[in-house]
Amino acid sequence: MIKIYVPRDSSAKAVGAGEVALAIAAEAASQKISVQIIRNSTRGMAWLETFVEVETPRGRVGYGPIEVGDVKRLFAAKFYEGAKHQLGHGLIDELPFLKNQERLTFVRAGITDPVSLVDYIANDGFEGLKKALNMSGAAIVTEVTESGLRGRGGAAFPTGIKWKTVHDTSADQKYVCCNADEGDSGTFADRMVMEGDPFMLIEGMTIAGLAAGATKGFIYIRSEYPDAISTMKEAVNIAVAAKWLGQNIQSTDHSFELEVRRGAGAYICGEETAMLESLEGKRGMVRPKPPIPALEGLFGKPTIINNVLSFAAVPYILARGSTAYKNYGMGRSRGTLPFQLAGNIKQGGLIEKAFGVTLRTLINDFGGGTFTGRKLRAVQVGGPLGSYLPDSQLDLPMDYETFAANAAMVGHGGVVVFDDSVDMAAQARFAMEFCAIESCGKCTPCRIGSTRGAETIDKIVAGENRDANLLLLEDLCQTMTDGSLCAMGGLTPMPVMSAVKHFPEDFDKPARLQAAE
Amino acid sequence: MAKKTTLIDLHFGKSDPATPICARYGNKPDALLEILHDVQHELGHLPETSLPAIAHALNLSRAEVYGVATFYHDFHLKPTGKHSLKLCSAEACQSMGGRQLIAAVEKYLKVKMGETTADGLVTLEATYCLGLCASAPAIMIDNKPVARMNVEKMKSIVEGLRT
Repeated sequence: MIKIYVPRDSSAKAVGAGEVALAIAAEAASQKISVQIIRNSTRGMAWLETFVEVETPRGRVGYGPIEVGDVKRLFAAKFYEGAKHQLGHGLIDELPFLKNQERLTFVRAGITDPVSLVDYIANDGFEGLKKALNMSGAAIVTEVTESGLRGRGGAAFPTGIKWKTVHDTSADQKYVCCNADEGDSGTFADRMVMEGDPFMLIEGMTIAGLAAGATKGFIYIRSEYPDAISTMKEAVNIAVAAKWLGQNIQSTDHSFELEVRRGAGAYICGEETAMLESLEGKRGMVRPKPPIPALEGLFGKPTIINNVLSFAAVPYILARGSTAYKNYGMGRSRGTLPFQLAGNIKQGGLIEKAFGVTLRTLINDFGGGTFTGRKLRAVQVGGPLGSYLPDSQLDLPMDYETFAANAAMVGHGGVVVFDDSVDMAAQARFAMEFCAIESCGKCTPCRIGSTRGAETIDKIVAGENRDANLLLLEDLCQTMTDGSLCAMGGLTPMPVMSAVKHFPEDFDKPARLQAAE
Repeated sequence: MAKKTTLIDLHFGKSDPATPICARYGNKPDALLEILHDVQHELGHLPETSLPAIAHALNLSRAEVYGVATFYHDFHLKPTGKHSLKLCSAEACQSMGGRQLIAAVEKYLKVKMGETTADGLVTLEATYCLGLCASAPAIMIDNKPVARMNVEKMKSIVEGLRT
């Protein structure tokens, strides 16, 4: 039986993977070729989707991007035997895009069927949890602390310290909450974990539960990710049935329950306290801190809140030890970060690399430059609240501290590339506009400042008292930075001011037009 | 015709379609978002008459339920088109011509973002990231994401909805 893999990830389905799988099945049936079609996770090479793989004695070979119209020709070329074809890419393990990565978290990406427990366990799944089941909570916390893992959602707070706080606080009930409200444009690694390797997230959260003494967990997934929601729900049910979740996990005294909850299209719910409010069935209004959620979180109880990627890094750390993880990275940024290369890029997708890689390496060596072939002008790193960087800053090593020192942030690892057709004043205005749309409204700098900011940028672009309004914008941004309750209003000035600083010519259009006349 | 509800009307029947949905979630107030999603899925929007029924079932005030229903972009208190067309309006899609795509779709459907076509076929909405940023621009049609979008592809999708 020939094994053919067609990804079920939404990045593949959104370009017709479902139809391709059906076409392959139909063609195989009509040619009386016996094939087994496996809907695997994605390798994270978005430009090659739909990426079809065939198992051969030499290893898996890949073909892409495949559309329904290509299927008959693939069969004519005997792709099912791994034969050469113009859309063929040869042995997948030899592809430079994958070979040059350091995939610790995404080690199973593209290899397994996401909802097959057999596949998961055969590929080192639950090795971390098996160890954790025989460890004390304090020992698990120590292992995570020593790995140097920091919050992958963007804030980069040391995960071990957060876990220790919850561990050390006594309460009748504690919770573990996974923030899967991945709303930053340019990011999709959380989605890939949930759609592609859901048991890894379950394993990571269960380990967190054991570490802190929490018996109940929630995964808060944004509604824009319908496939992630259904895959996670399916995986939770499978894990419960196999006793990897629920009462007496693997016949031990440990128990951990997990519930999947849907968001409802509010970006602010990616802020941890707004997410807690939302999980309690309320408006996603940001809570003032203190108290920190580790002391008073969900329903007022001590709560571990981490991003999908933080939890997903934990099984590896427990299975291989903190040193194995810590050995990757630079400075105080330890381990790997799954970077997401997006926007105007020829070869976009997921690139898991140790901290320290440069943007230029990601964009040129992995990404192959802009999609349009035009000159690169700006790169936004870290989502809609991250800075726009000009070409001259692309050689900075990707490290939390280096980026912070350069008025930028690594954030969740999203990298959005823009070519020279971009209007940076429009991008700055959009940052303010987005903040106005998504602000929860609790604090004034964010709620009012964002609208005033958009208006002020309009005036600047129209040439109305430009210098005075630029000063006003700067002042407003300072107020938002200093006075906002959370990162929404507090960081919106980053894209705005970076655009003003690095691309001043775009805020000076009428003058340029006059100069041209 | 739907029963008219006023602020002092406390007699919403047990027959409201939202009531059994609340029961399915054990009438737990923390499940409010899930309940609103399910009610909207069943009825197409959140009818004014259902909000007091939900409040009653969950032991919340009407203000609390209304507050949640109006906070989140996903929920609609008024009927929407037969199909929902969400266009990603965030940065990664902008870098690949997302703004131009939105303008073209608005022109083609003769509506602005947030509006429903005159024939009630499609409601056009902005969404901020579908996680398909490496295959931009992306859209979502009735919960189905579609990537590498262009105007021609979009027109054929809309025409497909008419049949």
